[in-house]
Amino acid sequence: MLRLEKRPTPSRFWTAATPVLAVLLTMIAGGLLFMILGKDPFAAIRTIFWDPLFNEQFASYSRPQLLVKSGPLILIAIGLSLGFRAGIWNIGAEGQYIIGALCGAGVGLALYPMDAWFIFPLMVIAGALGGLLWAMIPALLKTHFRTNEILVSLLLVYVAEQLLASMALGLMRNPEGGGFPGSRNLQQYPSASNPELIAGTGMHWGIVAAFIAVIASYVLLNRHLLGFQIRLTGQSPRAARFAGVNPNALILFCLGTSGVLAGLAGLFEIAGPAGQVSIDFNQGYGFTAIIVAFLGRLNPIGILLAGLLMGLTYIGGDLAQFMLGLPAAAIQAFQGMLLFFLLGVDVLSNFRIRIGKTEAA
Amino acid sequence: MTTLLNIDGLTKAYPGVVANDNVSFSIQPGEVHALLGENGAGKSTLVKMIYGLVKPDKGRMTLHGQPYEPAEPRAARAAGVAMVFQHFSLFDALNVAENIALGMEKPPAMRDLAARIREVSENYGLPLDPSRTVGDLSAGERQRVEIIRCLLQDPKLLIMDEPTSVLTPQEVEILFKTLRKLSAEGTAILYISHKLEEIRTLCDGATILRLGKVVDSCNPREKSASELAEMMVGTKLTPPSRPEAEPGEVVLEVTNLSVKSANPFGTSLKDISFTVREGEVLGIGGVAGNGQDELLSALSGETLAPNDAVRLRGESIGHMGPNPRRHIAVLTAPEERLGHAAAPDMSLIENALLTGAIRQGLVRNGFLNWPATRIFAESIIKQFDVRTPGAGNAARSLSGGNLQKFVIGREVLQKPEVLVVNQPTWGVDASAAAAIRQSILDLAENGTAVIVISQDLDELMEISDRFAALNEGRLSPPRPARGLTMEEIGLMMGGAHDMEVAHAEA
Repeated sequence: MLRLEKRPTPSRFWTAATPVLAVLLTMIAGGLLFMILGKDPFAAIRTIFWDPLFNEQFASYSRPQLLVKSGPLILIAIGLSLGFRAGIWNIGAEGQYIIGALCGAGVGLALYPMDAWFIFPLMVIAGALGGLLWAMIPALLKTHFRTNEILVSLLLVYVAEQLLASMALGLMRNPEGGGFPGSRNLQQYPSASNPELIAGTGMHWGIVAAFIAVIASYVLLNRHLLGFQIRLTGQSPRAARFAGVNPNALILFCLGTSGVLAGLAGLFEIAGPAGQVSIDFNQGYGFTAIIVAFLGRLNPIGILLAGLLMGLTYIGGDLAQFMLGLPAAAIQAFQGMLLFFLLGVDVLSNFRIRIGKTEAA
Repeated sequence: MTTLLNIDGLTKAYPGVVANDNVSFSIQPGEVHALLGENGAGKSTLVKMIYGLVKPDKGRMTLHGQPYEPAEPRAARAAGVAMVFQHFSLFDALNVAENIALGMEKPPAMRDLAARIREVSENYGLPLDPSRTVGDLSAGERQRVEIIRCLLQDPKLLIMDEPTSVLTPQEVEILFKTLRKLSAEGTAILYISHKLEEIRTLCDGATILRLGKVVDSCNPREKSASELAEMMVGTKLTPPSRPEAEPGEVVLEVTNLSVKSANPFGTSLKDISFTVREGEVLGIGGVAGNGQDELLSALSGETLAPNDAVRLRGESIGHMGPNPRRHIAVLTAPEERLGHAAAPDMSLIENALLTGAIRQGLVRNGFLNWPATRIFAESIIKQFDVRTPGAGNAARSLSGGNLQKFVIGREVLQKPEVLVVNQPTWGVDASAAAAIRQSILDLAENGTAVIVISQDLDELMEISDRFAALNEGRLSPPRPARGLTMEEIGLMMGGAHDMEVAHAEA
């Protein structure tokens, strides 16, 4: 019989090894799933993980996409991870992402067709403030009225989606667009666009921001008192209070930071790869970032790797749909398995598996 | 007379530790038998085996001469074995009869049950109103609920795990009368304790456990308390000592402190006043749940008090949070080691930072100085003899005694002006407890004003200069500890809390 035995100290080896194990298990289970669907499992796995980067035919197109897809995921997940570490659950990054994009794009569209260097920086600030504003709603409701931030932040996503639709169809609609929904394309407005910085890499300012966020969050969590307080609050709230942590200030900080980063991700996306305010410009990055944050074990370096991996499955998934005719739902199930297996094997870092007779009592 | 319960060679091993090693003893009907041993000696594991909660690896038990192998507590209860746990399992929001009904397999109609409760409780001198809400009962009354729950099963053997830790001396007297009556009627009692005087007055026989083994058995009435202590600990302990000294000027002054408890079933502090002088140890006794946690958090700054209610050398500090108080050297060590005083999954280095950040200068401009923190953690480990493979180990990997030494040492090394500790030696083995008490006394000798909140009266009498007791959130006026009798201490703790004793004339 198998039996779990609690480790006195969490295993460092397994903390690092479980994500790798989870990816391997996902490949196996996913391969079985694809087989049941009548596809060659090896071809499918190769199409998802290998072809986007190394296939001669597609790689030149799909390789830059890796950074484009991973950047916003990493940026949002870094913000979320701070709160998750402290036990503050911002589930509404998608909403903050949308509002950040709307505020940033709004500034750019309002100043059209002015040509000035400060327009893009102004949009960045507006995007950050938009995300902050949207995150402060659940934060202040929690600190003042003890509402549940999970519900409030989640429900605000749907409010944000309605706002987005209203903007795309109304206020921000392109006056020269012939009545079609969607704003002017910011990519064609140089002062307001977030261009590819190095041709052929997909690198834009949002990716730069993501890398800066990774480094800053690493320093914060490991070297700064605030990061220590975040970790302490997540592990034992009572000890944190004893250590002098102000729980309300921490709620405002964690939700605020994740809102700012999600808002920035939205702005960089709308001024860059997406280009225009359209009804469906948001692609669920805010929700996928939750998976990325956990897949990366709420650790900045882990999130960087997890974001790249998740970006890869997006691109590879698209490719597999296109090349092998795999249904989109199968790709989503495949991504879901990743989180499922990660949480499942997580038990190994705190428990040891013993094989032997069972213990009564 | 046939033996009631015979235990032969019980052995139970857990990974890394043999909790019980070849334990044998027997209990006669009507005998009050003590199981004596330090924390971690294996008493709990042993009684859990008798009560069917844990299955022994080896060994046999017989009850009334028949093989006895309870697979679960239900089987033990059916065989006539009942147990009163140290921690009560009662629902605050339900009344006494409802709580008792919940534990029964086929509860009778509520009215019949209430009548039975009344009858049994009067019979055994533990009057209890079945319709009262448990949340309103004192600890002693809650224990009565647990005892009566057992007595309704008409047990042949009643196991009691540290029953007096929640009672005042007067309440202990009432309980002992009940136990003697039970024993006279033929019910055997297995009495678990480390309180030697109690065992000497109550018990007919004693089995002494040390590190899982039976090291001795005796008639406790024929032994002195110090002989029993030596059998229990295995070595002679030197009680902590310090030279006599005149206390200096007043350091901490608490005046009319009233704080509402944050916990709905907690105890609010009412009008508490006391002073502590340089080099003085003020002992604060009282039954658990009478405001100890609330007093500690009002002194640590976790809950804020009216500003003038707490003063340090005349300066009002009631409005200060925990960190400003650490700045001015008012330090505290809470009772709950894991989760309050220390974060279980964090390393000892991180836990050293938890309270040491300010006074040890471990933070500069918000950035942490890990090398200095490690040095601080290692000096605590070294000076307080904390047994651990290294400072990088998680707090939860330490035994209770070692973690407690770390938690106390962490504050002591920060040179406090005022140190407040709650339950400094709870669940700690005797040698670690002696070391902790000695460090508290050494600190006082160097001029620190020390407040020790504890439920262990022997401990308080040993180290306090003055003694006061918390009762329902109020503090009795402090009195010099020397010369206080148990009777007086008990009255300060609230006496029998107006709990009725059975009326003979009724």
